[in-house]
Amino acid sequence: MPKWGGKLEKVDEFRWRIPKNYKVGMRVDGLVYADEGMLPHLLDEQALEQVANVAFLPGIVGQSLAMPDIHWGYGFAIGGVAATRVSDGVISPGGVGFDINCGVRIMRTNLTKEDVAPKIKTLIDALFNAVPSGVGSKGVIKLRAGEIDEVLVKGSRWAVEKGYGVGEDLETTEEHGEMKNVDTTKVSGRAKERGIPQLGTLGSGNHFLEVGVVDEIYDENAAKAMGIERVGQIMLYVHCGSRGLGHQVADDYIKSMMQAMPKYGIQVPDRQLVCVPVSSNEGSAYLSAMRGAANYAWANRQCITHWVREAFCRVMGLSPKEAGLELIYDVTHNIAKLEEHEVAGKNERLCVHRKGATRAFPAGHKDVPEKYKAVGQPILIPGDMGRMSYILVGTEQAMRETFGSTCHGAGRLQSRAALKRKLSGQDVLKDLEARGIAVRAGSLSGLAEEAPEAYKDVADVVRVADGAGISKKVARTRPLAVVKG
Amino acid sequence: MKKFELIEHTADMGVAAYGKDLAEAYANAAYGMFSIIAEVGGFKEKETRRVEIESDDKESLLFEWLNTLLYYFDVEGLVFKRFDIIEFGEKKLTADCTGEKYDPKRHQIKRGVKSATFHMLEVDEKKNRVQVIFDV
Repeated sequence: MPKWGGKLEKVDEFRWRIPKNYKVGMRVDGLVYADEGMLPHLLDEQALEQVANVAFLPGIVGQSLAMPDIHWGYGFAIGGVAATRVSDGVISPGGVGFDINCGVRIMRTNLTKEDVAPKIKTLIDALFNAVPSGVGSKGVIKLRAGEIDEVLVKGSRWAVEKGYGVGEDLETTEEHGEMKNVDTTKVSGRAKERGIPQLGTLGSGNHFLEVGVVDEIYDENAAKAMGIERVGQIMLYVHCGSRGLGHQVADDYIKSMMQAMPKYGIQVPDRQLVCVPVSSNEGSAYLSAMRGAANYAWANRQCITHWVREAFCRVMGLSPKEAGLELIYDVTHNIAKLEEHEVAGKNERLCVHRKGATRAFPAGHKDVPEKYKAVGQPILIPGDMGRMSYILVGTEQAMRETFGSTCHGAGRLQSRAALKRKLSGQDVLKDLEARGIAVRAGSLSGLAEEAPEAYKDVADVVRVADGAGISKKVARTRPLAVVKG
Repeated sequence: MKKFELIEHTADMGVAAYGKDLAEAYANAAYGMFSIIAEVGGFKEKETRRVEIESDDKESLLFEWLNTLLYYFDVEGLVFKRFDIIEFGEKKLTADCTGEKYDPKRHQIKRGVKSATFHMLEVDEKKNRVQVIFDV
């Protein structure tokens, strides 16, 4: 892999600038959130070139942003945020990614590690059996003819109406799990064909279910608002996305935009950054289809949540109420959204692309649920299988600097092939068990590729996000048991 | 001559594929993609699907070709291992793709591939070499 030899200027302890004079065609500077320790790796790959490339997008405002978990992606870097004017800017499916609305949610419980630890093996087996996972897995949900369109329009609400979960879940899901303005005719037949049998499946790769235990609380007030009361409390995580339906939507629109882009006179330095004006027919068709795929992903996580609750309650011998299984929040980290932000002193309507980045809205923002109005929107940052995960809240600083965005995870360090040369799935399994983490995986080889060594230490990522003020730490959890797809 | 080699990428994986002509390189890229997904050796040549692709240029043709095969994998569970190219041009590709449906009892799947991407996608007509990075 070639080293990156571009221009990078230190702004302060947590911020680095790629000046727009680095490359002819950059419309704005790049701004990278990182500390000194992260630099050697960053300069070792091409993620920063991708940050510079995104700065070419017509109508981009502020800076081309990279969150501290940035790593080399395709087109956009993973951890990239770019906001374009709706009036004369573009939308790029590459700035959302193939797994549209890949995201994560956390449920709190009333239980502690002492309650759960003796049953952890039974619990992880029950979770593994309750949620179809792995490559090629099919769900148990049978949709009526045409019902997929209802899923695309209603998202999480479709699932709740079908009995998967409770109404309160919608209150604590970003967008209530239901983005508006979906025209289901903009989602192709192929996308629907892929989506129908996969609804209610976890998928593979880095998707997971986790039983975590609260390890440290940094902000008691915010933690209390989320129902996080003490160290030792059990939390449940779900991480997955829109499956083949989302992948097909991305494919379809990358292809159609490739044909349409020349007529708008747009040129991009990497074809994966293909884009069209937000307000064009092709742009609004993509937005409509992308929202449908996002709603599908929310319905997917909502169905999975229901089965996780059932399995947990059955193993623990409790009712959902006794177990206190409330959804703290659900965030998306692959999305484009039309939002209002202040740019150079005035309010502008922007298309905010978050590619491996999380929304981080502050206390008081109209889109933050009532119960979090005083503390800010919860942000859920899963780490790798062996280390910590973090819960944070959004800040005013994020609104000023990053269009209300922050990091989304640990960020990959090592390629899959490099890892497999070093580690077998058995090695990883043994290592995790030695650390007291129970694991069930669909594929042992997949497990090796997701070994903790593959990732940056999420603690470093969160230290930078918190230090720069674009989100604030609330609590930390560590894994007790993990189901990998 | 080797059919393909894997390209390492931090988060994802890719293939560089070769052939005696460009058509064979496209076929080998497809073989390479299914080798990322599965232990292809364990699959038999049981079922064939005729795949017809039309596109604007040779790069889009490669993108569309591979993604169409992923669609068949997703919907029918088909892992293809033989690709007989019937017609090949800059904007058109017709092939008979042969393989077997994935059966968890008998086959080994290694990992999912979400999509081919245009990032670093290359079609070299002189060397009959193509390259593509997948979102894994």
